[in-house]
Amino acid sequence: MKMMKGRFFPILVPVFSVILGLIIGAIIMLVSGYDPIAAYGALVTGVFGDSYNLGETVRTATPLILSGLAVAFAFRTGLFNIGVEGQVLVGWLASVYVGISLDAPMVIHLPLAILAGALAGAIWGVIPGLLKAKFKVHEVITTIMMNYIALYGTNGIIRAYLLQPGERTKDIKSSASLGSAFLGELTEGSRMHYGLIVAIIVAVIMWFILWKTTTGYELRAVGFNQHASQYAGINVSKNIILAMAISGAFAGVAGTMEGLGTFQYMSINNAFTGVGFDGIAVSLLGANGSIGIIVAAFLFGGLKQGALEMSSAAGVPTELVGIIIALIIFFVACSYLVHWLTNRFTKGGKL
Amino acid sequence: MEYVIEMRNIRKEFPGIVANDNVTLQVQKGEIHALLGENGAGKSTLMNVLFGLYQPEQGEIYIKGEKVDITDPNIANNLGIGMVHQHFMLVENFTVTENIILGREITTGGRIDLKKAAKEIQKLSDQYGLRVDPYAKIENISVGMQQRVEILKTLYRGAEILIFDEPTAVLTPQEIHELMEILKKLVAEGKSIILITHKLKEIMEACDRCTVIRRGRGIGTVDVASSSPRHLAEMMVGREVNFKVEKQPAQPKGAVLEITNLVVEDSRKVPVVNELNLQVKSGEILGIAGVDGNGQTELLEAITGLHKVKSGTVTLNGENITNQKPRKVTQSGLGHIPQDRHKHGLVLDFSIGTNMVLQTYYQQPFSKHKILKFQTIHNKAKALIDEFDVRTPSIHTPARALSGGNQQKAIIAREVDRSPDFLIAAQPTRGLDVGAIEFIHSKLIQERDKGKAVLLVSFELDEIMHVSDRIAVIYEGKIVAIVDPKETTEQELGLLMAGGKKDKAGDKV
Repeated sequence: MKMMKGRFFPILVPVFSVILGLIIGAIIMLVSGYDPIAAYGALVTGVFGDSYNLGETVRTATPLILSGLAVAFAFRTGLFNIGVEGQVLVGWLASVYVGISLDAPMVIHLPLAILAGALAGAIWGVIPGLLKAKFKVHEVITTIMMNYIALYGTNGIIRAYLLQPGERTKDIKSSASLGSAFLGELTEGSRMHYGLIVAIIVAVIMWFILWKTTTGYELRAVGFNQHASQYAGINVSKNIILAMAISGAFAGVAGTMEGLGTFQYMSINNAFTGVGFDGIAVSLLGANGSIGIIVAAFLFGGLKQGALEMSSAAGVPTELVGIIIALIIFFVACSYLVHWLTNRFTKGGKL
Repeated sequence: MEYVIEMRNIRKEFPGIVANDNVTLQVQKGEIHALLGENGAGKSTLMNVLFGLYQPEQGEIYIKGEKVDITDPNIANNLGIGMVHQHFMLVENFTVTENIILGREITTGGRIDLKKAAKEIQKLSDQYGLRVDPYAKIENISVGMQQRVEILKTLYRGAEILIFDEPTAVLTPQEIHELMEILKKLVAEGKSIILITHKLKEIMEACDRCTVIRRGRGIGTVDVASSSPRHLAEMMVGREVNFKVEKQPAQPKGAVLEITNLVVEDSRKVPVVNELNLQVKSGEILGIAGVDGNGQTELLEAITGLHKVKSGTVTLNGENITNQKPRKVTQSGLGHIPQDRHKHGLVLDFSIGTNMVLQTYYQQPFSKHKILKFQTIHNKAKALIDEFDVRTPSIHTPARALSGGNQQKAIIAREVDRSPDFLIAAQPTRGLDVGAIEFIHSKLIQERDKGKAVLLVSFELDEIMHVSDRIAVIYEGKIVAIVDPKETTEQELGLLMAGGKKDKAGDKV
């Protein structure tokens, strides 16, 4: 067990956290008079029950992968990008705008629309990056504020320039759409789209930049120790801005998943989408690694999707899934506690 | 004979290593007892056992002849054991009094009686000659005074036995001298002291007896009066140690680094380097002696491109590098062993192998088209680690996990390997043990003999005297004298460092 602990500990924490979260979720259900076995049964059916549910799970998970990657990329370089939510929104709007206003064959139109989203997200990320690099303004504060600017700014632009009946924009042209009749048919009409491929490509890009290139070396060095990086001749300011740009670009692409994939338009949002904030949780649960984030995003996507079935089949309110997700994150954050518990278990079970 | 502290046959294991193996420590009342050992020998582990932070696997502890079981620091406190840590445990924006009473507040009717506490602290301070102002804020007082606050903290809590963990590591020579006086005063007043150190000079100066630990094992206890630094060093490292730095006379040639009328301002626009002139020649080690805070840090940062130069020029190999970016300066032929190896020298969370290319990762053969070549990097790291005897389990071990000496060897390996014409060594042996110091000095001299120019900045006068070929004394941002180490004395240097004989300034060299 000792041998295993060293190598598997990073995986052990999330797994334990998920199990603990589910157990405590069950206790809460029992206390509030629901049947946890029926509820979890419905949850599983809600994810794996039929191909429609599976397709919707993939659809829910896709933007979460990207927002998780965005948070993780910033985190790896020593920055807390709480502004993923705002970057998602501007990315969404930019991609929809290009999707509506341009006329081009798909090979040009679709990549262009995705790039527009990435660029918008990058710009939204660069602003806090610049402020941090030049004036040492803490990025947590600025990114939170940028979220509000993004929410009301995108709403304002839609209202002023793009408004259609139904508080939304026009649909994008099919040449910019990630949607697929084939995938829809395969999954009994779910809104699953080709975005998953984009998300996985971005996950590979992140891994490649961080671990294989000199740029990643610089970014990580600056993240760990700005002083030593400066002494080694690395341009610290440039790297902070670059990190925020790349992180923002990833978040912007997450927004395009909604704009070009799920919805094919953008509506006026009364509140944040949650994609960005869930990205923080996904990144945390996925230990800031590409593969971990994909797994974590699917777990969250599954929980969110299954929650619908849980409420309709077992009568358990969807909010309970929110509680379970919160519990899981809570336990990951308390990894010290989990560490301690596993230590106690491995030392012969004396608790 | 009854000992005030007796630790018998202590054994403490950690997964994979035995940190203490059969160590016995016997401290008499009213003595200063040194605990000597190299970095990682197990001194701190032993003291943490005594302080209740670790539980030993074997062995017994007796305090004043009574067997005790110290399971947490509160018990140690109640037994009259106090510890002055190397890194101070003080709240920066609290006053001295507030810090000292923290956790032991005197209250009247629920309110803290600061006045009464301050009076008591003043009394203690006077009694032991600590000269501490109870109302000063920690952030406004010197490091030396902060340490005295730590001492007061233990005294205030009624400590009879004081443990000092490498207390001189952070102090200037003057402050060290004062501390030694304080230690003597403390024992004169009936306290007993354990001094954890690897500095032989301090042991010879202040201690009565000395217990030596080597690789976790107790080697023995000797009377300092009947011992010698050579003998103690041998006990500590387990072999003969060469104290005298072996070197041939320098063969200096043309100037590699030339500084003319350099002015550097700090953030408040005060010139901290003021019209400074200096040359470092090929084939010599130029030592800069000075009290901390006379512009040494800013001078080095100005040369390396980390601090803006107000006026004046710095040329390296004839190339003007004034206000150039650090990378440009490095490429012009500069190697830099920074003063603070954790903050400036290494990315501690990177593996030691990755740290080896911190200056060169972007160049061939370590990367091509911006893609890192890990095979080449690892081979390079392995070669350097072998050549410079960096002791690490593997090249993938985080730099953080290495001992200070090995971290420093790694930095020197990295800097020297690029074969720079000009090498800055700032406090290169700070906090290191005799063996590592010997190694580092020999490497610096080796570079000199290859015809490189070496600039050595150190607060240790011994080091400056023994290693340098010329000594430049810095005072208030100016070089006030250049002396020959063979002809000067510590007294003369001390005087110059304090600003004496300023009129004779050997400014133009």
